[in-house]
Amino acid sequence: MRALDATRVWAVVHKELRDYRRRRSIVVTMLVLPCLFLINPVLTVFFTPASTASSTLDKTISISLIFFLIIPVIMPSALAAYSVVGEREQGTLEPVLTTPIRREELIAGKAAAIMLPTVALSYAIFGLFLVVTQLFANPIVASALFHQGPILLALLLFTPLLAGWAIVVGMGISVRASEIRVAQQLGMLASVPLIGLFLLLAVGVIRPTFLVAIVFAVALLLIDVRAARLVARMFDRERLVTGAKAARP
Amino acid sequence: MKQQDDAPRSGTRGMTDQTALVVNKLTKRFGERTAFSDVSFHVAYGEVFGFLGPNGAGKTTTVRTLGTLIAPTSGSATVAGIPLTPENGVEIRGSISVMPEAPGLYLRQTVAENLEFFAGLYGIRRAGPQIADALDAVNLGDRAGDLCGGLSKGLRQRVGLARTLLSDPKIMFLDEPTSGLDPVATREAHDLINRLRERGVTIFLTTHRLEEAEKLCDRVAILSTTLRSIGRPAELRERLFRRSLVIKTLAPLDQPGPLFSSVPAVESWQCDVPGTYELAVTDPRAAAPEVTRSLVSAGADVLSIGEVQHSLEDVYLELIDEDVEVRR
Repeated sequence: MRALDATRVWAVVHKELRDYRRRRSIVVTMLVLPCLFLINPVLTVFFTPASTASSTLDKTISISLIFFLIIPVIMPSALAAYSVVGEREQGTLEPVLTTPIRREELIAGKAAAIMLPTVALSYAIFGLFLVVTQLFANPIVASALFHQGPILLALLLFTPLLAGWAIVVGMGISVRASEIRVAQQLGMLASVPLIGLFLLLAVGVIRPTFLVAIVFAVALLLIDVRAARLVARMFDRERLVTGAKAARP
Repeated sequence: MKQQDDAPRSGTRGMTDQTALVVNKLTKRFGERTAFSDVSFHVAYGEVFGFLGPNGAGKTTTVRTLGTLIAPTSGSATVAGIPLTPENGVEIRGSISVMPEAPGLYLRQTVAENLEFFAGLYGIRRAGPQIADALDAVNLGDRAGDLCGGLSKGLRQRVGLARTLLSDPKIMFLDEPTSGLDPVATREAHDLINRLRERGVTIFLTTHRLEEAEKLCDRVAILSTTLRSIGRPAELRERLFRRSLVIKTLAPLDQPGPLFSSVPAVESWQCDVPGTYELAVTDPRAAAPEVTRSLVSAGADVLSIGEVQHSLEDVYLELIDEDVEVRR
């Protein structure tokens, strides 16, 4: 596999980030959406009685922390689903495809441009939550939260990996979708595996340990890499320009 | 009409080295529909090559194929000396630039930001000088900071033209480059194309403006799914139309038949409007004085005599009308 050209990838990242900044709807959505997923953890930390049994408190807090994993999945899905089909509908994709940029470079640039604000905002919100909990929550509840080592590690590791998953799935749909609306609706499918993981943790089928967190992170990394390669193969210039699938000799 | 290609030939290999574009029996089908079929031509470096044809003739698909956006169904081509294969896509796209019919600019970004992005896609870092030169070339140097969304259609078209200049390409594919431009901007675009030709850049120009093709192009090809004709505009005219003189007299001639038959240079004649005669001749410059003398000696009052000038539009309409007739 040939190395990606950093100049071309950075050109895409730079352009995409500039475009996001100038679309108020994107900025507002990116800021507001994560706040919705803060509601449950905040209520849990500030309204769970300190007298709650230790095992129940641990379980309640661990489940509420899982909400933070939804943020990196939900936040990039609309942007990823828009990324290719949106440019196609705007008529800006064809000029880009006439340049020497390779499909892997275009996908990498677009993915990185979505990944950077997603991960930064996810970590920032989680960090803020930890600080606020430490400063203002009941010390017993705060202590219970900071003793959720495996969950905290999972949040640290899974945030970029889940964002990567959502971006790859969204872009995979975007390179094949015929219109933006369809792509964005299908892009929500990216969150389906997470809901499954959430349920398995909630009912205790998966017990969060450091080993489980690391194994899941490695598995997710491998899945992301394979899925990204698959999306690159699905990126068909002819189909994107003409709507017709390229004939293979 | 049998297609001909009168580009310089010196054997296939030599041709590839000296020729910007070599297209050999190229065909593209989308399922049952044929976009273009069996198209062959050569374009020399520094040549302005016009590609004409009605809507749906396959012009844009040909440009997209040569620009490696879509794969041909059969046939072969060499672009800037590089064989047209999927593996060579990046190298070919690095040697050419393509301006699609719609400029496709990012409307929330400024003119300079749009060009900076595309310079990056060509691997150019710190593209300030290239951007300034490209904008100066299309007289948009003072609009670099304007948002593209605020520009008129014509100005956007000029930004699209500037974009094609960034990478200093060997071949430029321009699809309707003057569409939406006012007369002054059109003339500036023509001047730019002529300057590029002088620098040895090959221009592959797709246009519906036949007077533009006639003015700018060294050779033109007329496509209507298959290549209908190719050559210099003057050659196409000679190939399609007999040379003729038009004579107008004050009053209709009494006996035009014997009068025109007595002039050896006249092959045939016809009169659709009384007092106006069209004479088919081999050499209008030699025939005109001879015909004038005969008319004067016959007592005719000659109002005017001149060679019939067929435009590229006449050639185009003649060829495309043939196609329409065949389809009927």
